[in-house]
Amino acid sequence: MGLFGGIFSKDKKEHLDKGLAKTKENFFSKLGKAVAGKSTVDDEVLDNLEEVLVTSDVGVETTLKIIEAIEQRVARDKYLGVDELNRILREEIAALLSENNSGDLEDFDVPSGTRPYVILVVGVNGVGKTTTIGKLAARFKAKGLQVMLGAADTFRAAAVDQLKRWGERVGVPVVAHGMHTDPASVAFDTVKKAVEQQADVVIIDTAGRLHTKVNLMNELGKIKRVIQKFVDTAPHEVLLVLDGSTGQNAVNQAREFTKATEVTALAITKLDGTAKGGVVIGISDEFKIPVKYIGVGEGLEDLQVFNKMAFVDSFFG
Amino acid sequence: MFDSLSVRLDKAIKNLKGQGRITEINVATTVKEIRKALIEADVNYKVAKQVTDKIREEALGRDVLVAVSPGQLLTKIVDEELTRLMGSTHAPMELKGDPAVVLISGLQGSGKTTFSGKLAKMLKGQGKSVMLAACDIYRPAAIDQLRVLGEQIDVAVYAEPENKDAVQIAKNAIKQAKAHNKKVLIVDTAGRLAIDEEMMQEIANLKQALQPSETLFVVDAMTGQDAVNTAKTFNERLNFDGVVLTKLDGDTRGGAALSIRMVVDKPIKFVSSGEKMEDIDLFHPDRMASRILGMGDVVSLVEKAQQTFDEEEARRLNKKIRKNEFDLNDFLSQLEQIKKMGNVKDLMGMIPGMGKVAKDIDLDNDSFKPIEAIIKSMTPKERANPDILNGSRRKRIARGSGTTVQEVNSLMKQFGDMRKMMKTMNKMGGMKRGLANLMGGR
Repeated sequence: MGLFGGIFSKDKKEHLDKGLAKTKENFFSKLGKAVAGKSTVDDEVLDNLEEVLVTSDVGVETTLKIIEAIEQRVARDKYLGVDELNRILREEIAALLSENNSGDLEDFDVPSGTRPYVILVVGVNGVGKTTTIGKLAARFKAKGLQVMLGAADTFRAAAVDQLKRWGERVGVPVVAHGMHTDPASVAFDTVKKAVEQQADVVIIDTAGRLHTKVNLMNELGKIKRVIQKFVDTAPHEVLLVLDGSTGQNAVNQAREFTKATEVTALAITKLDGTAKGGVVIGISDEFKIPVKYIGVGEGLEDLQVFNKMAFVDSFFG
Repeated sequence: MFDSLSVRLDKAIKNLKGQGRITEINVATTVKEIRKALIEADVNYKVAKQVTDKIREEALGRDVLVAVSPGQLLTKIVDEELTRLMGSTHAPMELKGDPAVVLISGLQGSGKTTFSGKLAKMLKGQGKSVMLAACDIYRPAAIDQLRVLGEQIDVAVYAEPENKDAVQIAKNAIKQAKAHNKKVLIVDTAGRLAIDEEMMQEIANLKQALQPSETLFVVDAMTGQDAVNTAKTFNERLNFDGVVLTKLDGDTRGGAALSIRMVVDKPIKFVSSGEKMEDIDLFHPDRMASRILGMGDVVSLVEKAQQTFDEEEARRLNKKIRKNEFDLNDFLSQLEQIKKMGNVKDLMGMIPGMGKVAKDIDLDNDSFKPIEAIIKSMTPKERANPDILNGSRRKRIARGSGTTVQEVNSLMKQFGDMRKMMKTMNKMGGMKRGLANLMGGR
């Protein structure tokens, strides 16, 4: 912990540990197996390492990149042991994450000075957008921020109701026009109301859409343009929500949504299952988009601010 | 849907093309490429290894015939292997009991509720009386979602919003279904993680209490390596009868489906794509394997064509093509036929060799709009005789259709090329029959 203690307070670390316990256990027990009874890194260990990374959804390219880096280090230092392998692996992955995640958030907060701070939440169907918004609203509210939600998912059956329930539960207002209304006009009204009532944060829910549907992707562009009519710097954040159990398709999602709306942040959900979340590394490696939030459970407190060092640390104990 | 995989396998197999026979050396690189492609398609690491080992064995064991290139031979072997992996033939659903209960299970966000609606609509279309039961008592508005879907497809939904006991609700739903003489009851349940002991116990209890005639495990086609673990755990607890693959309309490679099939040895029964209630299909392993290999899903294409193509119309068109009288009216009616068949991009993916092309272009049904507008802005005379389109006519058409003269010109050029191509095809006897078959649908 020592090194990371200053960045990450203890209770938060424990919670992240709990949520990621499964991840860690899997990765660690596999890694343990990979190097069991060996004093130096040989080809077999590297092969096993490949399996560990690939089965964690890290992806072929990224895995090869990591392994190559390790091979180079092994070539340089012939007497590389298990402990060192552990440390080097951690370093290599952290490096991939760090390249693009220069400034981790310290807590749930939005930059001061920008009011209202508009967050547009996008993603494919079923990744947990609405749930993430509910939890995010609760977190911001607990920080003393005035939050307003916009129900611009007017497509999926009962999506508006679902967001309204979250609004009631958390105690924040929800702007809604009902089902099958124009999402852009809902977004516009939400931002308008937020300005009038001097809200601090606006979070706009959108319908889940597969990134291959051109028209729906264009609709996101429209929502963005309409919001800008009112607050020309908005949206200040476009949050792409990814399902942690998704495989390599998450990379395509990141690519296509970035094309359509210039995604500025990622949230990875459902990391409390057996999914390893290795996809985070792959995406972080390929795109210059920081991971901001991770979801590690059902509870309100299970949405957390992503901290790459703690994340990597949780992987390797 | 499996485009990316076929592109990669194509590339892998290309290495073999032009070589006389399969040797240890030339098959090794190809097999490695195939494995990499499978893993990138989210096929489980171990499964991919098994498959490629088998492919290598098969490839080395076989005599290379003079008539077949090693690449073709390997394609055939991979095709066979993937088909076998996915279960060879289509497995139908069993509906026994009064009412026959179908229990729907899966992770959060896998698409259970939407699938429940689609299944209900499909069964209703087969003349069965269906009822839906809302047993997701956790997610806010889950009951509402099912109710809205039920209204859309005109199927009764049983729900008890105040009741927090899923088993009890489901039991009451059975009684209700019996009372209303419903033959099938589809029970939608809450999403749950495989490691959530309490929730897994709940679904196990549901199965125990309901004794469903069919238990389905719904899985997102985009799921990664973890699909195998999840499916294993659900299968251990539920011993489900079949798998449903959802969201197959994206660019997902769907490798997880292959792994699940192999690891739990349960058939994939349905595939579902899109948000419309009619977007549900039976799963056909042989067709899917062909798609994976970029050999195209010609069978599905022909079936779709048969469903939608007006045979009279096709015969008329065919005659016109042969006489080289194909005009813009025919072109327009052809566009409409194609649109009726569904998403253009999906259709293109089914044509052999087109999967790669379809992947790279932005194409949807709206792409036809400007073309239609241009043609519809023409007079009947112009449509029948495109050759009379001079500068001022083109200007008028551009204004009328809200396009530019350049766009009109480029359409006319394309149309001209198309006619030329048809002329050439007419000259080549064999091709004519091929085209006639495709257009006639049989």
